[in-house]
Amino acid sequence: MKKIISVFTLIALVSFMSCTSDSTDDSGQGQTDQFDRSAMLVNWADNIIIPSYEGFDVEAKALNAAAAAFVATPDASTLGTLRTAWESAYFSFQNVELFDIGKAEELRYSYRLNTYPTNATEITSAVESGNYDLALPSAVDAQGFPALDYLLFGLGDSDAEVLAFYTTDVNAENYKKYLSDVTGSIEQLTATVLADWKNSFRGSFVSNTSSSASGSVDKLANDYIFYYEKLLRAGKVGIPAGIFSNEVLPQTVEAYYKEDLSKALLLEALNATQNFFNGKAYKGSATGASFKAYLDYLNTIKNGSDLSSLINAQFDAARAKANALNSSFVVQIETNNNALLETYNELQRNTILMKIDMLQALDINVDYVDADGD
Amino acid sequence: MQKSISKYLTKNTEAAPLAVFRILFGVMMLLSIIRFWSNGWIQKLYLEPDFHFTYYGFSWVQPLGNFTYVIFGICALAALGIALGYRYKWSVLLFFLSFTYIELMDKTTYLNHYYFISCLAFLMLFLEGGAYFSLDSYRRKQTFTHIPKWNIDSIKLLLGIVYFYAGLAKLNSDWLLRAMPLKIWLPSKYDLPLLGNLMQQEWVHYSFSWFGAIYDLSIPFLLLYKPTRKLGFVLVVIFHVLTRVLFPIGMFPYIMIVSALIFFDAGFHQKIIHFLRKSFRLKTLATTERVSKMSSKPALMAVGVFFVIQLLLPWRYLAYPGELFWTEEGYRFSWRVMLMEKAGYAQFKVVDEQTGKNFYVDNSDFLTPFQEKQMSTQPDFILEYAQYLAAHFSAQGHKNLAVYVESYVALNGRLSQPFIDPNVNLLDEPRSFKPKTFILPFDDTIQGL
Repeated sequence: MKKIISVFTLIALVSFMSCTSDSTDDSGQGQTDQFDRSAMLVNWADNIIIPSYEGFDVEAKALNAAAAAFVATPDASTLGTLRTAWESAYFSFQNVELFDIGKAEELRYSYRLNTYPTNATEITSAVESGNYDLALPSAVDAQGFPALDYLLFGLGDSDAEVLAFYTTDVNAENYKKYLSDVTGSIEQLTATVLADWKNSFRGSFVSNTSSSASGSVDKLANDYIFYYEKLLRAGKVGIPAGIFSNEVLPQTVEAYYKEDLSKALLLEALNATQNFFNGKAYKGSATGASFKAYLDYLNTIKNGSDLSSLINAQFDAARAKANALNSSFVVQIETNNNALLETYNELQRNTILMKIDMLQALDINVDYVDADGD
Repeated sequence: MQKSISKYLTKNTEAAPLAVFRILFGVMMLLSIIRFWSNGWIQKLYLEPDFHFTYYGFSWVQPLGNFTYVIFGICALAALGIALGYRYKWSVLLFFLSFTYIELMDKTTYLNHYYFISCLAFLMLFLEGGAYFSLDSYRRKQTFTHIPKWNIDSIKLLLGIVYFYAGLAKLNSDWLLRAMPLKIWLPSKYDLPLLGNLMQQEWVHYSFSWFGAIYDLSIPFLLLYKPTRKLGFVLVVIFHVLTRVLFPIGMFPYIMIVSALIFFDAGFHQKIIHFLRKSFRLKTLATTERVSKMSSKPALMAVGVFFVIQLLLPWRYLAYPGELFWTEEGYRFSWRVMLMEKAGYAQFKVVDEQTGKNFYVDNSDFLTPFQEKQMSTQPDFILEYAQYLAAHFSAQGHKNLAVYVESYVALNGRLSQPFIDPNVNLLDEPRSFKPKTFILPFDDTIQGL
């Protein structure tokens, strides 16, 4: 009998220990190793993410104000101001699009602000009927910066033609309202996400240092790589260059109607992505704990290849290729699509370094899979 | 020799250990299926994907829509039947068939311990599990206190093979000299209470690697030899608890722990049965007979062939050129557990050979993240997927198709390197057990078995 009891005590111990391990999944206590993930999360939140949102918030407000001024007096001058504000805000947005976490993820923020190509037909029918709800998932390609691109540059060939839609057109009032609603929603969504970061999300984000798939490092690493692979590499370059289709698709270029902005937007996004990798402060030069530092730390254990340098070199190689492109990718595709394909190839190499090598080094699963291993 | 074998086969032993084993096995399986079901994995792993990776020769085994739940239900009932000893042989047969069918539906979910369950269930088909302390004996009003000795020894042998072969597989330079992949896995457990900092220490990675290898190789012998049996069992518990804490391995640790009880003497199992009798107020049957019937020749033959296969199958990798961890030809069904950290990236290019027009495939259109992860590091998955893509696109009207893949794989912390020859049209490569010539060579060497 004694034997049975001791065996069952052991088995009970197993179950107990295992349950303990389950319950520790979401707490972040007890870590005392040399790399401070909490410091990395603090650096990300306080020096990069929140300042980037603050920067963009200012731009989003200016954009909405410029739209209001234009709607009040639609003329060449207010249109010019609005277009400049749009361009400036679009640049700034490239610095926050990669942080699809928390409130942003919940609100489908980056989809609502930057799904392209925009659906001109849908916009036109929404304007004409006056019947639309930008919060609907189906309206995702009829709003945000790409919709403004169409509304400010794509309605006509000349400024006068564009202005006519807001002045003499039978639906002028509807156009003005739609425009205001789009800029208004950009401002309001941004304010909501920023407020959430400042009020509560920062605290839970920074303290969630768990190694599990629900931990902040794990989640943001996945979001970051998803952004790089799908939105930057494929969205800005690969899809227009015809990588995923039989034909080139110039109409899928970012800022298609404005035309000469696609390269600049790519470069801005590439910088934001690389700066985040290096933990560089928003609009600053100071660097803090980052993926780079984390990889370097792990490499002191592993003595493997200097992965962070390889990744940085690859960012630079991609940037060098991108710098040589025409400012309009539409023109680039027509004249020499090979140059765009070369840029894609350089971007692709970093997808491999980050998605395979970096995630393996960090022991983070791509798109967490909830199943047993052995 | 032959004489001693036939003499051995007529030896008898007490039935209690097998009865306890049967009960614990049935209960564990029932719990496993309930857990699997309640985690929503039937839906997620078998019903949601449009496409399933099949085992070569078993592509006819597919999920059956909502009827898949019925298969799991049958499997659960059969597990209950095994635990209760109700129509034991039929329960085991039903369990073996339903469980194996489930495992064959999609090789994405392959785990050594699922294979272990199938092996064990197959073996149990030939054992006298219902002889003692079972509903069968209650129904027959007849119970057998003794069964052929080989019945219990065969389970010990299977467990011994699993551990010992798992140990042999660890005798390689990555595991012993580089402490890989533990050197990747352990540091990420920085938030374990008490152990978090230890997990960062290089000596811990090496100790775990060496202890793991020595443990696997020696545990069958520690359990067989009476003076070390208790120590062996304590080690079994510690080892499996540790793996359960460190890695997401589900029910496997518990299954191995209760299985190891088979090594204990019959007296110990009698006490468990006595305890169960008392707790459930079960009556002892009046008529008892000593020995259940003799083992049939076909049954003995089947078990013999089964073990020959068990002993040889893990060595089939020697027939393939190239590094086993890289090509994974002969990797499965060989008790190679937790040996690799492998990550990959595979981008498929669909080409119209006549016009030269081509496009890349977005894998998430066809595969779940789990399937994509498994596909990207395993050549047989890559080949099957390429052929599926060809079928899909030719049904869409694409003509003169060729499918190429650009793929990279990182193995045990090495920098990623090209995996599959990007110039090979995968549609020219039939599925087979032949060496896959389209796998690019591994640019490093791993010494050892």
